[in-house]
Amino acid sequence: MHISEGVLIAPVLLAGGGAAMLGLAIGLRRMDVQEIPKVALLTAAFFVASLVHIPIGPSNAHLVLNGIIGIMLGWTAFPAIFIGLVLQAVLFQFGGFTTLGVNTLNMAVPAVLMGALARPAFRSDSGLSALVMAAVAGAGAIILSAAMVAGSLSLSGDPFIPVSRLIFVAHIPIAIVEGILSVLIISVLLKTKPEVIRNY
Amino acid sequence: MICERFASGKSILHSADPRVKILLAVLYAFVTVGLESQEGQILALLGGLLLVMAARLSLKEIFRRLFVVNLFVMMLWLILPWATTGSGIVNWGPIIITFEGINLAFSITLKCNAIILANLALLSTSTIFSLAHALAHLRVPSKIVQLIFFSWRYFHVIDSEFHRMNQAIKIRGFKPGSNLHTYRTYGHLIGTLFIKSLERGESVQKAMLCRGFDGTFWLLSHFRLRPSDICLVGLATAYLFFVIGVEWSPWR
Repeated sequence: MHISEGVLIAPVLLAGGGAAMLGLAIGLRRMDVQEIPKVALLTAAFFVASLVHIPIGPSNAHLVLNGIIGIMLGWTAFPAIFIGLVLQAVLFQFGGFTTLGVNTLNMAVPAVLMGALARPAFRSDSGLSALVMAAVAGAGAIILSAAMVAGSLSLSGDPFIPVSRLIFVAHIPIAIVEGILSVLIISVLLKTKPEVIRNY
Repeated sequence: MICERFASGKSILHSADPRVKILLAVLYAFVTVGLESQEGQILALLGGLLLVMAARLSLKEIFRRLFVVNLFVMMLWLILPWATTGSGIVNWGPIIITFEGINLAFSITLKCNAIILANLALLSTSTIFSLAHALAHLRVPSKIVQLIFFSWRYFHVIDSEFHRMNQAIKIRGFKPGSNLHTYRTYGHLIGTLFIKSLERGESVQKAMLCRGFDGTFWLLSHFRLRPSDICLVGLATAYLFFVIGVEWSPWR
């Protein structure tokens, strides 16, 4: 889901960087200083979870879980994802400074949108609608992210259009698996500690 | 287990001021991304190699990292040469490999690897904690710096928690495959991990409140610019100006 350095053209990078900064500012403003340890611990947990490789058919894929991040953190998903990407850039050189904005945006916007879409379902007492919305958020966030990655590549020039189609199609099975996993994760949370997702 | 494998060492870059290294890495990345001429891009890659040599990093490990990051670039090599319109070199029926396509893939490869090498040499030679500290001195919003600090501090705790649970399921005969049982197991594993992290986060938060945490991030260590740092800045910016000069020169 990362776009490497040196691929995108400057206008796309700048627009992505500007928009990501705006989202980051909103996310930081909405996060109380007292919440820093909690958000940081969740960021660390998402980072660990993103290193898990899940088998899909003959291949495997690592988890992104940006739907769940959106459900649990709302706008704070922006700083959480940004920090995950900073750590990845420094530790494994996946992505870098110039693509940090675009990559944050491509993962955080779907997280915030899907979180906002799914959260009302968790406030109701209907367990079924909560699980349906968890699936929608989990799969939808990946599909949206893949579409945004494909979009940012396509905006960088016509030769990238086949690449972006390939990336989008490759993410469909991942979206299905993420949808299933999101349901299972949310059901664990609802069973053992419902207040963590009901409070929002 | 992830560790900061390059962070300990005795080269000039290891002992350089992390503030300087962050600023140089950012500058290097942005200058390189903007390069349009192949001469400029090759020089940027050479600069990256020089930096890695100055940092005295293990070449074997560097190549391993480069390989992983270049998987995306390899995918581009499979597609861009025929997806770009231009003057064809090879004609295989409907597939035309164009000169422009190969050029585009080549210049992406050069720029991407130049930036990765510079980042490896400049950033990976510091620990995450000292980079975060440097960010605080560079006036990055305190909340971001604190989030980086705490995330990295507790990443290892959560990671070992995860490995403990992973060992527990393995010892009970769990083998991952493409089936619902695997997904259910991982779902429960990750859900439990989130709950454990949240609970730990709450107790850390309470412990910090008890000790009077009001959101201020106290900076304990301070960096001082040394002559060698100024040398590093001078050399690196001079090199970048040279690269930009080559890029713009009319007789290249």
